[in-house]
Amino acid sequence: MAVMHELPVTQSILEIALRHAKRAGAGRILAINLTIGGLTGFVDDSIQFYFDYLSKDTLADGARLTIERIAARVRCHHCGAEYAPPDSRIWTCPQCEALGGEVIAGKEFCVASIEVE
Amino acid sequence: MELPVLEQILSANDRIALDNRKLLQAQGVVAVNVMASPGAGKTSLILRTIGALEGRRRVAVIEGDLAGRVDADRVAETGTPVVQINTGGGCHLDAPQVRWALEQLPLDRIDLLLIENVGNLVCPPGFALGEQVKVVGASVPEGQDKPIKYPGIFAVADGLVLNKVDLAPYIDFDAGVFRTAVRALNAGAPLFEVSCKTGEGIAAWVAWLEGIKT
Repeated sequence: MAVMHELPVTQSILEIALRHAKRAGAGRILAINLTIGGLTGFVDDSIQFYFDYLSKDTLADGARLTIERIAARVRCHHCGAEYAPPDSRIWTCPQCEALGGEVIAGKEFCVASIEVE
Repeated sequence: MELPVLEQILSANDRIALDNRKLLQAQGVVAVNVMASPGAGKTSLILRTIGALEGRRRVAVIEGDLAGRVDADRVAETGTPVVQINTGGGCHLDAPQVRWALEQLPLDRIDLLLIENVGNLVCPPGFALGEQVKVVGASVPEGQDKPIKYPGIFAVADGLVLNKVDLAPYIDFDAGVFRTAVRALNAGAPLFEVSCKTGEGIAAWVAWLEGIKT
C-alpha cells in the first residue's frame, strides 16, 4: 500500500523543492528538510529510494532527504492536560480519564526548508 | 545556504480540490467522500442511498477502484449517472482524478454526488477531493478495534457509518468498545448503525444526508 502512496507524495516534494530552488536561482539542491507528523500514515523508508529515482537529471539529483518526525499530542477537552495518545488503545486523558481530545500535533506534512548552493 | 519553504506537501492537490469544491458549489451539488476499508459495504451503502432518495434528490456517483468497473456497473443498473476512476494501483483518489470525473457528469442536473474512494483506511483522508463532507464507514465483521488501529481517518469524519449490524448476533463484535473508540477520536460526528442488507438504520442516514446544505 505504501508503495503507491509514497510515489506521488515524493513527486510533490520534488516539485516544491525545485520551484523554490529555481526561484532563488540556486544551482543545486543539497538537502530537503521535511516535517512529518506521526498521525499522517506516511512511511519514510521508501521515500529516499523514490526520490533518487525521480530527481535524476534535476537540480535535486543526489539531494538528501531529512525528516523531522513530530510525535502526536492531544489536549484533553475536559481538563486541558496535554498527552501523547497511546498506540493500540482508546485515547483517554491520563489526568482525568476523559475520552479523546483535540489533536494539537501530529498532522504536520510539509517541506520545511531546502539547502541549496 | 538554507532556504525556508514551509509549504504543505499536498498543496497542489489541495488547490485543485478547492477548485472542485467551488465548481460543485456553483452548481449546487453536495459532494460526499465515502471512505472505508475494502468490503465494508461502500457500494451497498451508495445503492441503498440511491434507492431511498429516488424522486427526492438527483444523485450521481464517482467510483474509485484500482481496476475494473464492477461497482460502476452496479450503480449504472439503477440509471444513476456514474463515472469510474481506475487508479491503476493508487491507494486513494486525488483531486485531479475527481476533476476529470466531474467533467464527465451533468453537474447542473445533480443534487448529491457520492464519491466512493478506494477501499483503504490509511491514505484517503490525506487527499482532499473537493467534497463537502467526509463519511467514514466500518462494518461489524471487521471488528470493534478499527478506530483504535486507524485513528487518523476516524478523527476527520463528518459522519460515520457502521454497516452490517444484522450480523452482530453471529460475530464477537463489541459495539460498546467501537462506539467509545470512535467518540474518543471524534466527539461531534453522528454515527449511523445500519444494515445495507435489511435496510435497518438507512432512513436516519439518508435524513442526515438530505440535511447537508451546499
